[in-house]
Amino acid sequence: MSLEEPRPPTESDVGVTAEGDLDYDELADLLGDHVVDREQHVNAEGFVIRPDEVEAVLSTLRDEAGFDHCSCVTAQEYQDRYESIYHLKKYDDPTQELSVVVPTPRDNPVSQSGAGVFDTAEWHEREAYDLVGVEYEDHPDLRRILLPETWQGHPLSLDYNQDQPQIVPLREHANPMEKRTKVPDDPDTMFVNIGPHHPATHGVLHVKTTLDGEQIADIDPDIGYLHRCEEQMCQQGTYRHQIMPYPDRWDYISAGLLNEWAYARAAEDLADIDVPEYAQVIRTMSAEFSRIAAHLLAVATFALDIYGDFTAIFMYGIRDREVIQNILEDLTGQRLMFNYFRLGGVAWDLPEPREEFFEQIRDFLDEWPERLEEYHNLLTSNELFQLRVVDTGVLPPEEAKSYGATGPVARGSGIDYDLRRDDPYGYYDELEWDVITDDGCDNFSRAVVRLKEMEQSARIIEQCVDLLEDWPEDEREIQSNVPRTLRPDPDKEIYRAVEGAKGELGIYIRSDGTDKPARFKIRSPCFCNLQTLPVMAEGEYVPDMIAALGSLDIVLGEVDR
Amino acid sequence: MSKNDQLHDTLEQAQAETGMESTQDARMGEGVDSRFNSKLRQAFGHTPFILTKFDEFMNWVRGSSMFMLLFGIACCSIEMMHTYAVKHDLDRFGAGVPRASPRQADVIIVPGTIVSKFAPRMKRVYDQMPEPKFVVSMGSCTISGGPFQEGYNVIKGAEEVIPVDIHVPGCPPRPEALIYGVAKLQERIANGESAPVTVKPYELEEFGDLEQDELVQKLADEVDEDDLVMRYNWAESP
Ligand code: SF4
Repeated sequence: MSLEEPRPPTESDVGVTAEGDLDYDELADLLGDHVVDREQHVNAEGFVIRPDEVEAVLSTLRDEAGFDHCSCVTAQEYQDRYESIYHLKKYDDPTQELSVVVPTPRDNPVSQSGAGVFDTAEWHEREAYDLVGVEYEDHPDLRRILLPETWQGHPLSLDYNQDQPQIVPLREHANPMEKRTKVPDDPDTMFVNIGPHHPATHGVLHVKTTLDGEQIADIDPDIGYLHRCEEQMCQQGTYRHQIMPYPDRWDYISAGLLNEWAYARAAEDLADIDVPEYAQVIRTMSAEFSRIAAHLLAVATFALDIYGDFTAIFMYGIRDREVIQNILEDLTGQRLMFNYFRLGGVAWDLPEPREEFFEQIRDFLDEWPERLEEYHNLLTSNELFQLRVVDTGVLPPEEAKSYGATGPVARGSGIDYDLRRDDPYGYYDELEWDVITDDGCDNFSRAVVRLKEMEQSARIIEQCVDLLEDWPEDEREIQSNVPRTLRPDPDKEIYRAVEGAKGELGIYIRSDGTDKPARFKIRSPCFCNLQTLPVMAEGEYVPDMIAALGSLDIVLGEVDR
Repeated sequence: MSKNDQLHDTLEQAQAETGMESTQDARMGEGVDSRFNSKLRQAFGHTPFILTKFDEFMNWVRGSSMFMLLFGIACCSIEMMHTYAVKHDLDRFGAGVPRASPRQADVIIVPGTIVSKFAPRMKRVYDQMPEPKFVVSMGSCTISGGPFQEGYNVIKGAEEVIPVDIHVPGCPPRPEALIYGVAKLQERIANGESAPVTVKPYELEEFGDLEQDELVQKLADEVDEDDLVMRYNWAESP
């Protein structure tokens, strides 16, 4: 965590033309001798810099050029070097992107840490160290993050032997904070493990908390209990068909279609594939159904955390999800793991008879305002609920930005950032809908944002259904021509993101000329959002921490990947 | 002493010598007090040993009142939640509401991918459940590792860690499938086919007890002798 306050962005950023595009030459001038070389990536230019100048470059870019969003750090190993890429963006305009490429030699993969500039880099670099083996100097706490600390080797490096045995310890009462903080020396503090098997942690999250009385003195989320090697799986699959089933399993709370879109968008842009408009409308509609279903579960389990019983709101949420799952099952053939998008379109057209399908959706839409009102009655206008969540779990916008928070978590802190509008894809820019933000910065605002977003999603769905109903029969093209085997040009690199249910879900792909990606990196919104937990919880009571965790709405499948 | 009154070492000997087919026949035959030929006795079958009956009765009870452990791992747990909730309502089948503590649960449904870091924890949770305990493994991940079988970090099936009574295949299994699996488990328990585990062969090892090989020696500074550990060999797993 950096101690200095992030500076507010300067009035006019260096390197932006009058039209609002990036002027990379001017940016290169700004950095002067720091830039050793310049690379072309599909989404942005990459500036190659020396490994000992990372902090200087990143802070110049943040303070003077306005790159206040470090969305991802990708590490990878080449035959002759290691490389870390910092994908920078701006919260005001995410289409202004820049990659900072830091190569390090193979025999000494040490580079300076960026965690002093962007707090979010802390976890990203720990992950890079864990999986690829790049070491970061001056990193506040360079430990393994996803794999057990006794793991041997770095699994995404080139010479990793997957067949070697590993030993995983189970340390029962060891106090993991002992070496790192002074707090346990104080006789008044107590160490409590929450998770990894605990109903309030929404999966297999392990939160190491040190309590001072009832207040949380220190908190350290420990992740990796569901690290399923998603990146390795995607690197082993072919672009065309073998990767698409995996995104469904990142954010598995019915948000599968949104995740599939992340991969589809990145791969389509990488291989220059167009998507027919009709397919885009279907994608938009089905993706918004996914969003509603995901937010519903978020709200339902949040209520479960707050009220602590297995009753009304949770059951209502599940009941409405069943309705959506039925619709999506009719469309895709599966309740949860849809595998419906294809590169260049979708797998098949809407189910026949179409009228019946539309009627089903319209029934849902007709009923929806009333249902939403009920959620508002049970939650947001309920005094008990307000008492528990208003002004707890406060996440100030500057901190949210520095930690790379996106999605409802950022929008609940008043950050107006939604990739559907700011970096349009699909059919969103043709439709009428609003981005919801709330300035409350607390648990309550995040819940409100989710509830209101569901309303907007229903609006989008309605417009899509209108469009689909009137779509001329001979123009229903669901799939463009895509070669049977995709082989993007070697050394093409791309980072593309979509607005997933939890925020910016980005994919970095580097191709090496074969039909499988050479590096496939997932930028998970939950991973970044979860990092803000200490900001929200330290100094608060344990139940407020549980509420903050619920309002973050993490999915461990996506945090750990 | 007549032939019938002689003492025998085993039931079979007695039956062979007396020509009786079973004790029940002996009791139900002519001349026996008809009060013993009750409907209940007929329903229970032919062995009169009360212990067996009691076991059977207990099995029936166990099968009809199962308390599940609230245990979510991965994607399958979403379908498991749907199984518990309104539409599918697993409670209708006497499979109880989920308990949050392993000390109050009889059945653990393992819903999802098990990775190296989680496996020892899961073993620990399983060990904390009181006996008799039963395991339903849900989804292909718990059968073989499922879609992630080739992952460097994925344990290839729940069976590598704890004993499993019922496997429910699918990715994820539909709630109906999970209900079917649970119903099958109830049936097996009621029939006494799913033997309650009475020993704990699945305890974790202490680090000091591991065979001294290269890996153990390398880790010797990091891990204490009495730390519980799990050693997993990807090359040897199925
Ligand atoms: S079986 Fe499929 S749905 Fe279930 S946990 Fe594994 S990947 Fe997820």
